[in-house]
Amino acid sequence: MSSELRYTANTQLEHLHARYTGTGHADLSKYEWLAHQHRDTLSSIVGHPTLLSYLAIADGEATGRVKFEMTERMLQPCGPPPKKDDD
Amino acid sequence: MHLYNLTLQPPTAITQAIVGNFSGARQQEIIVSHGTRLELLRPDAHTGKITTVIATDVFGSIRSLAAFRLTGGTKDYAIVGSDSGRIVILDYDPKTSSFVKLHQETYGKSGARRIVPGQYLATDPKGRSVMIGAMEKSKLVYILNRDAAANLTISSPLEAHKNAAIIHHIVGLDVGFENPMFAALEVDYTESDQDPTGEAFNNTEKMLTYYELDLGLNHVVRKWSEPTDPRANLLVQVPGGQLASSDRYDGPSGVLVCCEDHIIYRHSDVPQHRVPIPRRKHPLEDPDRGLIITAAVMHKMKGAFFFLLQSEDGDLYKVTIEHEEEEVKALKIKYFDTVPVASSLCILKSGFLFVASEFGNHYLYQFQKLGDDDNEPEFSSTSYPSFGMADPNSPLPQAFFRPRPLENLALADEIESLDPIIDSKVLNILPNSDTPQIFTACGRGARSTLRTLRHGLEVEESVSSDLPGIPNAVWTTKKSEDDPFDSYIILSFVNGTLVLSIGETIEEVQDTGFLSAAPTLAVQQIGSDALLQVHPHGIRHVLADRRVNEWRVPQGKTIVSATTNKRQVVVALSSAELVYFELDLDGQLNEYQDRKAMGSTVLALSIAEVPEGRQRTPYLAVGCEDQTVRIISLDPESTLETISLQALTAPPSSICIADMLDASINKAHPTMFVNIGLQNGVLLRTVLDPNNGQLTDTRTRFLGTRPVKLIRVQIQKNPAILALSSRSWLNYTHQNLMHFTPLIYDNLDYAWSFSAELSPEGLIGIAGSVLRIFQVPKLGMKLKQDSIPLSYTPRKFITHPNNHYFYMIEGDHRVLGEDAAAKKLQQLRQQGKKIDEEVVNLPYDTFGRPKAAAGNWGSCIRIVDPIEAKTLSVINLEDNEAAFSLAIVPFSARGGELHLVVGTAADTHIAPRSCSSGFLRTYKFTEDGAGLEFLHKTELDDVPLALMAFQGRLAAGVGKALRIYDIGKKKLLRKVENKTFTTAIVSLATQGSRIIVGDMQESVQYAVYKAPENRLLTFADDTQPRWVSAMTMVDYNTVVAGDRFGNVFVNRLDPKVSDQVDEDPTGAGILHEKGILMGAPHKTKMLAHFHVGDLVTSIHKVSLVAGGREVLLYTGLHGTIGILVPFVSKEDVDFISTLEQHMRTEQGSLVGRDQLSWRGYYVPVKAVVDGDLCETYARLPGSKQQAIAGELDRTVGEVLKKLEQLRVTASGF
Repeated sequence: MSSELRYTANTQLEHLHARYTGTGHADLSKYEWLAHQHRDTLSSIVGHPTLLSYLAIADGEATGRVKFEMTERMLQPCGPPPKKDDD
Repeated sequence: MHLYNLTLQPPTAITQAIVGNFSGARQQEIIVSHGTRLELLRPDAHTGKITTVIATDVFGSIRSLAAFRLTGGTKDYAIVGSDSGRIVILDYDPKTSSFVKLHQETYGKSGARRIVPGQYLATDPKGRSVMIGAMEKSKLVYILNRDAAANLTISSPLEAHKNAAIIHHIVGLDVGFENPMFAALEVDYTESDQDPTGEAFNNTEKMLTYYELDLGLNHVVRKWSEPTDPRANLLVQVPGGQLASSDRYDGPSGVLVCCEDHIIYRHSDVPQHRVPIPRRKHPLEDPDRGLIITAAVMHKMKGAFFFLLQSEDGDLYKVTIEHEEEEVKALKIKYFDTVPVASSLCILKSGFLFVASEFGNHYLYQFQKLGDDDNEPEFSSTSYPSFGMADPNSPLPQAFFRPRPLENLALADEIESLDPIIDSKVLNILPNSDTPQIFTACGRGARSTLRTLRHGLEVEESVSSDLPGIPNAVWTTKKSEDDPFDSYIILSFVNGTLVLSIGETIEEVQDTGFLSAAPTLAVQQIGSDALLQVHPHGIRHVLADRRVNEWRVPQGKTIVSATTNKRQVVVALSSAELVYFELDLDGQLNEYQDRKAMGSTVLALSIAEVPEGRQRTPYLAVGCEDQTVRIISLDPESTLETISLQALTAPPSSICIADMLDASINKAHPTMFVNIGLQNGVLLRTVLDPNNGQLTDTRTRFLGTRPVKLIRVQIQKNPAILALSSRSWLNYTHQNLMHFTPLIYDNLDYAWSFSAELSPEGLIGIAGSVLRIFQVPKLGMKLKQDSIPLSYTPRKFITHPNNHYFYMIEGDHRVLGEDAAAKKLQQLRQQGKKIDEEVVNLPYDTFGRPKAAAGNWGSCIRIVDPIEAKTLSVINLEDNEAAFSLAIVPFSARGGELHLVVGTAADTHIAPRSCSSGFLRTYKFTEDGAGLEFLHKTELDDVPLALMAFQGRLAAGVGKALRIYDIGKKKLLRKVENKTFTTAIVSLATQGSRIIVGDMQESVQYAVYKAPENRLLTFADDTQPRWVSAMTMVDYNTVVAGDRFGNVFVNRLDPKVSDQVDEDPTGAGILHEKGILMGAPHKTKMLAHFHVGDLVTSIHKVSLVAGGREVLLYTGLHGTIGILVPFVSKEDVDFISTLEQHMRTEQGSLVGRDQLSWRGYYVPVKAVVDGDLCETYARLPGSKQQAIAGELDRTVGEVLKKLEQLRVTASGF
């Protein structure tokens, strides 16, 4: 069971969550929410050509480089996850 | 308020380009995506020029494009991945010259989302299937096939999803006719999301995965997955598979994995080959900086193939693979040439390379050679242990090359592109111009330019020569019907006629049969080989053997006006009579027995050309002094009978009947237009009904202050009309639609077509006593561009209130400034390093400046004279300072003397924003503004992003603080501050004591300065967060702004609140009012909202037509220039909104995006009509036009007229 759904017993909901990555739920941790937000933002920047150009101009990099760095950052946009207290 | 949005200049940036035989002919074409627009380009292999075939708005955002061809087919199709949640297959139909949507399959939600496919497209090289991928997880595979009737079919999608996988790139593998296979570059984040130590993150592997589409079982399997370089970013297909005819392999198959600093050849179960990406041997090059490949193209020739890869610096590398059958022997890489950094590269079979630049102009290069036998060092995988893969985790020794000017490529053509427009101004400062020019600061890095855009067609002059006197008319003529080129130029003077012959040189001839002692009224090549001259006293019919038949005017009368075509002549006499002649079958000119009395002096006459295969044109248009135009029949049944009459507002000065194609009226056949030029400079264009001779659908246009002269000419083998007034205009057909555009050229007094060997499509004109021969090379380009080169990316520019100079700031991140570069070179020299001067001195505009780490800046202040188009002076900023804002301030403490204040910051980092210190540099103007004298520098705690003059002082947005400064002896003195802003102040505007503040993230806020208490207070803000990128005040209470996501919106403050704030003398009321929703006490109301699809970089409130209404003109980053026009009446709003509604249902988006949801991408559209959609009405089929017009209770002509009127009155375009 994925961490997002640890407390959710509803299997149908779980299925939906697995299908629609990025959908939130009641027990979402702050870190997970933030990571989703960042991944959504980063992929939206890559998906909108004008935004990509805008960032490339501001940063003095080629658009190809900006796209690459944005995609790379999607792996871990907000640093490592916080240590778990319980378990 | 209700606005009409109209794009004057669509985006010019190319986000992707694909090549293929889209029209099914043998010629290759290129389809480019401009982000929101698709364009088909056709390069001419002979001339090396690129022409646009069609361009269409798609009302959606195109994210990926791919070309494919079914096995055995001859025609390529285009697949489009967009933000519509649909895959679309387009076919170019050359008959109707349009894109046709063959298939549209819905697979997900709309919008550029993380897990909805559309970002990546990969096709099987044999055209059997296509994979469409998202940024994460989702990949869908569609099978393409043809049915019994050879129509293209598409299957339902097969899923190749992988949860929690970020996709970097996908590509189709070339496997011949085995099952189609796709390679994807993926990273799984499951582990790293779970591991708080960060170890899993460090150990995350980037996987190269093969997905096989099993055509037999109809499903997709993960065939193979292996880790590859963690910094891989791009995959390139390597040819493979066997030819059907022989057993030979095309190539080894597999992929090139482009990584940072390395290229790896990879295929399942075979050894890898790795080569380093060679780097520039430049003394300032940072050896630790990674280098990635950003664009790649593979080209297959007979029995061979090669790759051109482009690095982020713009260097092209030629990569070749040595192979024996399927076994790779060596991977080789060498430097090829340097071209601008491309978003896409296309190689054409005819030997051209199309470089779609990511910023700036696009180029077409011709291959001179393929770099086969030069001295360029080549790096081969065989020179490294285990083909470079001995230790895949450590880099190979660095390889170097020496950059040099082009050797293998030669420039063939250039497509102008404004992308990116960073700032603009609209002003009328050029002499002799009655409409304003748009000045745009464009480009990136050392290829930046300041461009002057003028509405009009560019004219290329080839000859300009002085004449002995001032002629009043000019003609050219062939000697006989079949001549390819003109033989004579005839010039008519007040008292005589001069005939020049066109040959090796142009010289005067005497024995032509033309009368030289009198002025000429008309010249015509008549019949098969005769010439005709009309002069005030008669008509001379010069036969091929130089015999002359002359018809003389009765005593006491003269000819005042004449019109001719190949078979007919009509002259008007001073007695207000018309005389009609027609050529009979023997080539004799016969007068019709009757003369027609008009009752009023005839001022102008016109007949059309004889229609193909006919004896005569049936209609004559006569303009009389009594302010009428009559259509008179020339039909043998009813010769010289008046058919219809149109009253005018002024006496006509010229008439011209021409048959021209206008698809909005008739798609198949040319329409007969009667153009009537009036003496007051107005042009009327009416349609002549060919069946009954009635005039309908009158449109008017003001051309200039002088009486209009109209001349029928040939432009690119199509009839066109040249209209001369105080400006010259050309009325022509382009892409099947009629255009009416001024020529950017001297005023012409008369003109005619000119065709000679050197200029087959030219025009000849007279301006005063100068004879000019010229061409109009770029039809359809409505804005003429003139550029001034700049040294860095322009950031902002302003105008001086008293002179016409521009003050501009430029700056580039990650480059070394002039002084830093010189210092570093000096250091290297002192260390005794050898410096390759040739490489150091390579021009920056092609090779770019040496790159540096983040936090390094090159920046300058520049003074430009836009009229002379030159730079007056440049001040380079030193010590890693970069300029971000500027303002001209009349400091009242200095008696209103103007000062230039430039906001700069040193050691600036972009994200998160930081700097070692911000500065306000104050300059005094010298030499009437042509020079600057440095006064002092004020230190700040943050980056000043916005400056503005405010009541004789300076208002500055410094980071989150809004401050007012006054001038002091040694620095600027801070007077008052407000630090309540959220992110950073990016733009400022003012009226009275009100200051409008644009925040980087928190929309537009209203502040007021209360002088008595010296308070700066915000009193109103927006209810929505907005990432403001440009803003301007529409009136005291209203502001229009654009945001980073491509929206334009108008906000208004309640006038009651406005009054209340203004009446409060101390501001104590505002100070103690309770804030609403953690913001200011008052909220603005949104009046209008629209998604333009391009990031708005500047907005101005200007009038584009002399005496016209003010409109809002905006520029977009990708090169868009558009206007928002306020509607004048409620009827117009109702009419156009209803038309828009109908158009929405009739005209589906080419990418399958719903137009309404596209225009309301982030916020629903409010009170703005999409003019671009409405204007596609002209391209609808006639029956649909009829139906819509019927619903609106209008005729088709009325609807078209309304649309044209909206465009013309607002923009003049």
